[in-house]
Amino acid sequence: MNSVIETAGLRKAFGSKVAVDDLTLTVGRGEVFGFLGPNGAGKTTSMKMLLGLVTPTAGVGQVLGAPLGDVKARAKMGFLPEHFRFQDWLSGREFLRFHGRLYGLAGGVLTRRIEELLERVDLLDAADRPLRGYSKGMLQRIGLAQALLNQPDLVFLDEPTSGLDPLGRFLVRDIIVALREQGASVFVNSHLLSEVEVTCDRVAFVKRGCVVREMALAEQAGDVTVELKLGHVDAALLAGLAQFGRDVRQVDGLVRLTASDEATLPDIARWLVAQGVSIYRLAADHKSLEELFLEVMGEDERPG
Amino acid sequence: MRGILTVAHLTLHEVKGRKVALAALILGVAFLVVFGVGLYFVYRDMIGGGLGFTPSRAQQNVGLSFLVMAGLYAVNFLMVMMAVLMPVDTLAGDIRSGVIQTLVTKPVRRASIVLGKWLGFWVVLALYLVMMAGGVMLIAWAIAGFEVQNAPAGLALMLLEGTLLMTLSILGGTRLSTLATGVMVFGLYGLAFIGGWLEQLGAVLGNVTTQNFGIIASLIVPSEALWQLASYVMQPPLIREVSITPFSVVSVPSTGMLVWALVYTLGALLLALRQFGKRDL
Ligand SMILES: Nc1ncnc2c1ncn2[C@@H]1O[C@H](COP(=O)(O)OP(=O)(O)O)[C@@H](O)[C@H]1O
Ligand SMILES: [Mg+2]
Repeated sequence: MNSVIETAGLRKAFGSKVAVDDLTLTVGRGEVFGFLGPNGAGKTTSMKMLLGLVTPTAGVGQVLGAPLGDVKARAKMGFLPEHFRFQDWLSGREFLRFHGRLYGLAGGVLTRRIEELLERVDLLDAADRPLRGYSKGMLQRIGLAQALLNQPDLVFLDEPTSGLDPLGRFLVRDIIVALREQGASVFVNSHLLSEVEVTCDRVAFVKRGCVVREMALAEQAGDVTVELKLGHVDAALLAGLAQFGRDVRQVDGLVRLTASDEATLPDIARWLVAQGVSIYRLAADHKSLEELFLEVMGEDERPG
Repeated sequence: MRGILTVAHLTLHEVKGRKVALAALILGVAFLVVFGVGLYFVYRDMIGGGLGFTPSRAQQNVGLSFLVMAGLYAVNFLMVMMAVLMPVDTLAGDIRSGVIQTLVTKPVRRASIVLGKWLGFWVVLALYLVMMAGGVMLIAWAIAGFEVQNAPAGLALMLLEGTLLMTLSILGGTRLSTLATGVMVFGLYGLAFIGGWLEQLGAVLGNVTTQNFGIIASLIVPSEALWQLASYVMQPPLIREVSITPFSVVSVPSTGMLVWALVYTLGALLLALRQFGKRDL
């Protein structure tokens, strides 16, 4: 079996409010999967169904080869909730110890694992202070450590960087990368696209409870935006550039066009030189996830 | 089992960490000190001729029994408060805050989480009752040489009363908010309380309708019936019928009521497991 998550037609309605309409997706073993969409799209509800926190209204699914909600399979899963709140009368170390015991860990193995993780999330010096004195970023880091106690095969992270400063975000990114290197799979909900872009192998865009597009991030190598700063621009030149790509336009004294392949760049340069136009700048940019997101979500999507 | 014990341990930590244990301990000790000092002076008057005459030992025992039962009645009330308030927020609060989410996604059954919390609070409740009721009995014995009869049976009945209300409080938290749970359980307790009095009053006045009305209330919530049973077994026959007090028992709750209370508690616990097991979190 090469997938860690497989669902078909998962649906969740709270009364008449449909939170998730039709969730059909597959996440492969060892994959970092980004689940992207605006607020209210149904990301958290989807994750909760996968974790057995919420019972689907319809549909079926398997996680780590077991049906949704299976208790034993959870031994190999980790989860950091979106609105994390923990037992704030416990110290960081006690918190990890209790959660480790719930995973069935004990003794020296657990102690070593706790110390390792405290160091990993940079909380060794705060480990004996009660959680009620932790900042939001510290809580998120201890929550992250909690999700990794059992060396999980599959980690669910719901908006893992939303409360963090840039350093905290780097840490989360490093942890995701390290998890992938160890062969673990990661399912991450996010609306912070720039974070996801650098870590995910594959993403799915959700809109009003439906997956509207799924793609491997490597696939998007295709489209590049070419930006040019030229000595002289006229209509004839713009028309000529159209042979290299679509959407030729002039913005703030720059010329932009969308080419289908990076290989066109040298051709553009050669052609411009042949036309006797001076080139002050020639840059190529992949379409950012953010642009893709807007494109996929369409004009009708208003801020949630 | 591992899950139940871990959650029970976590619950003990919660009781400690939220300073519940400390508050209960300090106030409990204060209560016992007041009770002891009061009893000491009353007893000194009793045997020192301060009453104008020196009562016989049998007469002394009537007075002492009254005082000890008054002490236990107050303890019973404090224990009821503990039983309802201690766990009232444990599920509802954890669900609302989201604390529950990292617990229920561990490889532990949801039922184990409820049972673990139940067990943790039950241990605290039992310790509290033993400390308080045991304290009252010990003080009476040390100061006046008075021995409460059937103390273990009486304590067990009081503990069952507390367990029943505690379980109702946990059950409420699986569905309702903290506030609604508190209102519901105290409302039921009040119903049982009034029912218990109606039953006794009906028996004294020979009014069967009133008495039956009280018994029905006790069937809805058998908590007060358990207190009456406890106070019945802990008093000598002569004393418990002399007058109408919160601990005089004219109409004795039946063994059937005891069995019903046990079934009731177990039923409430099973319902709590079921409700929590299937709800969205
Ligand atoms: N328990 C609930 N009861 C009613 N509506 C809910 C509940 N949970 C989520 N919703 C609704 O379902 C939709 C999806 O929510 P959610 O899954 O939290 O979205 P996201 O995580 O993508 O922001 C939202 O419109 C939200 O209001
Ligand atoms: Mg969300």
